[in-house]
Amino acid sequence: MIEIGNILRGVRIAAVLGMGLAISACANQVADSNTPGTSAAGAATPGSQQDFVVNVGDRVFFESDSTELTATSRATLDKQAQWLTAHGQYRFTVEGHADERGTREYNIALGARRSQAARDYLISRGIQASRMKTISYGKERPVAVCNDISCWSQNRRAVTVLNAGS
Amino acid sequence: MNINRLAMNRRRLLVGAGAGALAAIATRPAAAALRLEITQGNPQPMPIALPEFVAGAPAEAEVARNVTSIISGNLQRSGLFAPINPAAFTEKITNSDTVPRFADWRVINAQALVTGRITKQPDGRLKAEFRLWDVFAGQQLDGKQYFTTTDNSRRIAHIISDAIYQTLTGEKGYFDSRIVFVDETGPKERRIKRLAIMDQDGVGTRYLTRGDDLVLTPRFNPSSQEITYMSYGQSDPRVYLLNIETGQREIVGNFPGMTFAPRFSADGQRIIMSLQQGANSNLFVMDLRSKQTTRLTDTPAIDTGPCYSPDGKYICFESDRGGSQQIYVMPATGGPAQRISFGEGNHSTPVWSPRGDFIAFTGQAKGQFSIGVLKPDGSGERLLTSGYHNEGPTFAPNGRVLMFFRDLGQGPSLFTIDVTGRNELKIPTPSLASDPAWSPLLS
Repeated sequence: MIEIGNILRGVRIAAVLGMGLAISACANQVADSNTPGTSAAGAATPGSQQDFVVNVGDRVFFESDSTELTATSRATLDKQAQWLTAHGQYRFTVEGHADERGTREYNIALGARRSQAARDYLISRGIQASRMKTISYGKERPVAVCNDISCWSQNRRAVTVLNAGS
Repeated sequence: MNINRLAMNRRRLLVGAGAGALAAIATRPAAAALRLEITQGNPQPMPIALPEFVAGAPAEAEVARNVTSIISGNLQRSGLFAPINPAAFTEKITNSDTVPRFADWRVINAQALVTGRITKQPDGRLKAEFRLWDVFAGQQLDGKQYFTTTDNSRRIAHIISDAIYQTLTGEKGYFDSRIVFVDETGPKERRIKRLAIMDQDGVGTRYLTRGDDLVLTPRFNPSSQEITYMSYGQSDPRVYLLNIETGQREIVGNFPGMTFAPRFSADGQRIIMSLQQGANSNLFVMDLRSKQTTRLTDTPAIDTGPCYSPDGKYICFESDRGGSQQIYVMPATGGPAQRISFGEGNHSTPVWSPRGDFIAFTGQAKGQFSIGVLKPDGSGERLLTSGYHNEGPTFAPNGRVLMFFRDLGQGPSLFTIDVTGRNELKIPTPSLASDPAWSPLLS
């Protein structure tokens, strides 16, 4: 037998959903890392965020389902470490990303491993851990949006994002 | 033949109780003659006639029509019933308290017949009555009445659908249930994701968050109106708890890093989840009453996607501790974990059936993503659907149907499929949709 309380519960749910909508969350404060600098190389002011993105390179790429830093990635991170040493005023976040060919939860963990790999490498090159944060976006923030290998390889990345205002 | 006087009195007495059984009209007690075996490999859908419910007054005609249509839709989508085209009906049901002319229904081969009535009460509530008839035996199999507010008629239709399903299959239904999912809008590289909730048939979507924060993997509390999910808020991504009745939201636990992949225990008293620790992710559980947290795994691996067995004794989860993502089972208190998935490729997002008989998963092999099931001991692995890209199964409350999301490249949509692998259906949603989680039965 169905109890009346259970039938009425649905009504209460309907009534409070409007309150759920009223939950106001602040805008996502994570800086936009999806758009690399667009100015011509070399035109950026030395020491600026644009300089870092254009002349140093803010991101490294990974092989499929791998968190190992390639020789190219290590070279990029070496340049990042030099630049970050020269410009000690910046704090920054290392974002880890995965391509879409994995399940959501695993990709969050995989992105975390990638950001950790880049972070650990920067520390090994003398960057203070206290300047860095890491975050994983899993497969939630692709930069390239086709469904083939040309896009997947761009999305498997760790991006060093200089914090605005630092 | 009119319903006898005694039955009328009994029904009147039941008004205060809100819901009750309708007395059988037939003189003999109903034998369980009409029974649909749903454990068989490929049952023929049972022909069932659902004439429009009688309206107590012209003002109730639309509600009566809608309730009938919702019941018919539910039964048809289950794949177990074949509602007969009303154009074939010869008897017009004008009084749901009279015995139908069974011969009229036998001639169109209806095995079951549902009659009903919607009546507005003096206090403004709706009374919904139905009777389920075994056409060939000429007997009433079930009869109930319900009282509710007028805006709640969809739930009454779902509850009646469940009653019909249960009487004819011998198993509990799943129609009076909801789906929480992630509504997706905007371009893929800047997707706006909002928590949303709807009836299991894809109707009545309401939004629980505004889309300011990225939200992922919502899961229902099996015993209350709560949802746990992962959200990227102002600080690190965290597991949150949202009460959908009060709108109150809180972070689960005081962990020193990112928490993700949450799920409730079957009793709703605990949340199990992953905590990122450096390059690794380990499983933790938090008791919601004491707020005490306990570590369950400590491995140099990605342990995630945890899910309790319905009896609360075990946890299944995915781990790459052996080199690739596979499903493991361990005691709910932690301890040694046994790998149970040995089929081709990777196995992830395990979820235990409420019946306890299967664990469903996302399989990855040869570039394809499948929805599959295996038994908790690892035997009997079967893939139900494969392609690029299927992910994230969730069980209906009776364990007979799975919902999952599929993205063929245009963005994700929700689908259901029977655990038998038959009856795949797309569930309509207002926009793109992913990460479905099925609620328990609401009643």
